[in-house]
Amino acid sequence: MLLTNFLMLSSILFCIGVYGVLARRNAVLVLMSIELILNAVNINLVAFGALTATVSGTVFALFIIAVAAAEVGVGLAIVLLIYRNRSSIDLDEIDLLKG
Amino acid sequence: MDSIWGDDVAQNVAFYLIAAVMVVAALRVVTSRNVVHAALYLVVVLTGMAGQFILLGAEFLAATQLLVYVGAIIVLFLFGTMLTRAQLGRDPDVDNTAAQRWFGGLVAAILLVIMGYAIFDAFDRVALPTERVQPLAPVSDAIFSTYIVPFEATSVLLLAALIGAIVLARKD
Repeated sequence: MLLTNFLMLSSILFCIGVYGVLARRNAVLVLMSIELILNAVNINLVAFGALTATVSGTVFALFIIAVAAAEVGVGLAIVLLIYRNRSSIDLDEIDLLKG
Repeated sequence: MDSIWGDDVAQNVAFYLIAAVMVVAALRVVTSRNVVHAALYLVVVLTGMAGQFILLGAEFLAATQLLVYVGAIIVLFLFGTMLTRAQLGRDPDVDNTAAQRWFGGLVAAILLVIMGYAIFDAFDRVALPTERVQPLAPVSDAIFSTYIVPFEATSVLLLAALIGAIVLARKD
């Protein structure tokens, strides 16, 4: 199989995730798009690991899965806190730091 | 062979089938107006990702992907959706304005063109090795020898995230 297959699939999913982060206003949906981005990067790592026949790609992908799980846990806790304080998770309304 | 199907037709057919399903589901994740449907389409993308890992020979990673993402993270997302949304049906208020969405699409398209050019410029016609199944033993050896420091750091990170999430979300 060609390496470019996997790299292009990864790029397409990455760009779809970037579009989701830019186009969404709901905080939970933005977090989902971030998950798409992190997963797209994993395909790259594993594909290059298979190309060079080393284990580094798989190990890094495992670390990314662990970090993504931590990120989602804390991110959703923050979203819950915002919802409890403001009764909304619309990202446009979270502008307290806007001078 | 010179065709795009290469020497291993079955693997390529599987790749293109799973990839097409993944791309369609990913597009639905970022365009669906129903938050629960978006989470369920994300399940399709993540399961397809596990299939691609198997095609790449990383079986342990595919199992981990299914357990951690489909088993745990999606459930977290569904809980987050239900705890922050009164209504579960279609919601017109989840997207930015049309102009912002067009700019988002433009940014994503430009990024895709640049990355595609770079990929085909550097790796055109590079084939993966035919034998690429990765046994678990070398992976665990690497984690517990070469990568022991990042491994320990990850465990501390997970502990910090656990405590942080509890402190953030508890009522007092």
